[in-house]
Amino acid sequence: MKILVAYKRVVDYNVRIQVKPDGSGVVTDGVKLSPNPFDDIALEEALRLREKGVATEVIVATIAPSDAQPHLRNGLAMGANRAIHVTTDSAVQPLTAARALLKLVEKEQPGLVILGKQAIDDDCGQTGQMLAALWGKAQATSASKVEVSGNSARVTREVDAGLEVLDVDLPAVVTTDLRLNEPRFIKLPDIMKAKSKPLETLTLDSLGVESGDHLKTTQYAPPAKRTKGVMVKDAAELVAALKSKGLL
Amino acid sequence: MSKILIVAEHANGQLNPSTAKTLTAAKQMGAASIDIAVFAADPAGVAAQAAALDGVGRVLTIANAANANALAAVLAPQVVALAANYTHVLGPSTTFGKDLMPRVAALLGEAQVSDIMKVIDSHTFQRPIYAGNAIITVEAPKDRKLVATVRNASFAASGNGAATAPIEAVAASAELPTHTRFVELQAGAKDRPDLQTASRVVSGGRALGSAEAFSVIYALADKLGAGVGASRAAVDAGYVPSDMQVGQTGKIIAPELYVAIGISGAIQHLTGIKDAGTIVAINKDGEAPIFEVADIGLVGDLFKLVPEIEALL
Repeated sequence: MKILVAYKRVVDYNVRIQVKPDGSGVVTDGVKLSPNPFDDIALEEALRLREKGVATEVIVATIAPSDAQPHLRNGLAMGANRAIHVTTDSAVQPLTAARALLKLVEKEQPGLVILGKQAIDDDCGQTGQMLAALWGKAQATSASKVEVSGNSARVTREVDAGLEVLDVDLPAVVTTDLRLNEPRFIKLPDIMKAKSKPLETLTLDSLGVESGDHLKTTQYAPPAKRTKGVMVKDAAELVAALKSKGLL
Repeated sequence: MSKILIVAEHANGQLNPSTAKTLTAAKQMGAASIDIAVFAADPAGVAAQAAALDGVGRVLTIANAANANALAAVLAPQVVALAANYTHVLGPSTTFGKDLMPRVAALLGEAQVSDIMKVIDSHTFQRPIYAGNAIITVEAPKDRKLVATVRNASFAASGNGAATAPIEAVAASAELPTHTRFVELQAGAKDRPDLQTASRVVSGGRALGSAEAFSVIYALADKLGAGVGASRAAVDAGYVPSDMQVGQTGKIIAPELYVAIGISGAIQHLTGIKDAGTIVAINKDGEAPIFEVADIGLVGDLFKLVPEIEALL
């Protein structure tokens, strides 16, 4: 079985995001870019399934400008067998991404597609579910445990009420939550090895995907700031302050 | 004028308050009518609760044994079957809505607006990106169907109205998949107020140091009648279960009183509490970022201070 992992490049989670003064976007020039942390978890899970003998091949795919090749090499260094780079000049919205991934799915016929539950840049949390819908297959989102046996997978999902357990027939789409695993560190020899692994480049246009970029962002603004409050010196002052605010 | 359909969230015969909050957002979209759809094996009880809410036009019930558990793959084609008559299809931005609504949107061939935090007009909204470090204004095309999820912490729940809305059993003809099967729900303890709807929440962080030490958090919470939350660090360390996590990737909450104990205040955590009424922070590090957003701050040893506070209540 092949596993396809959607592997997005985003602004590193440690970068302090700044909105441009004219409200036209956020500052991305010169900031550090990294794999979406949830996608790192997705790739790690795929690699572990390969190591267990459940999967035979792990493919990482991204939809990004042509300068994203080092990003895919990073996924190959982590252990993916090969990479697919769908090139596009501008960022795509989740529906377009899902349609493009469906084209890759039709070509590669994976038994499992694993994605992050959300990307930490647009925080949309849509692509996995959209892909599952377009593909007509099962989805298990926010997974914290994945066990594949035969033609199905038992997936534990993190939901508001606790943990939900689902059985899904394969092929299926799984999206990852934080506690599914801890991604491995990349070792130097693996970086060297990754240079010779296959990396296929396709243009988004060549996939013949109808754009689903229906939404227009008209303004970016910094969030409303909470102002710093008062400091109290002990428990009694704290309780008094809460009482004066009518909270106790 | 907009015709809005809201997909109700419910469990164990109870309508989730997320539905009444989504309704509040819907009312701000200049709606000509707002209907609520209840998918369940036996929808009568939940439908009656939905029908009592202020501003509801009709409650549509779709009774089907396959709807006993909310499986996105099973519900989505049924929502699509109903969507033909509506301009907007809304769900809450809870794990229920986050799972379901993008599947609905894709089947309809529509984009989705996730996490609406402010309604500008029927097709213009504000939503957070980058863990709430930027707020964008998004315009959706007026000539297409709008699919969206509503961020619960940003809207108050609609109360009950003077009249009850009519309840109509409808058919949502769709071929239902069998590739997804519900096995079980391992629910967290339910002896405290629900974290997402509690008016007071006490949260603990990594500084607690162990699962046992969390007892000081529970004790204070019980004295306050509060729900209990935690930082990602505390969940990752195994002190508490994941359904208690507050933050960008956990629960986004807006209690009247939020007490953060031993939580340093990573931006991902602050995202989850920025709509709280009053934030109290207790931390031994006076430089912790949590104090930048706290309304009341207290620097010191939590294991000494928290029992002292509890004794004063």
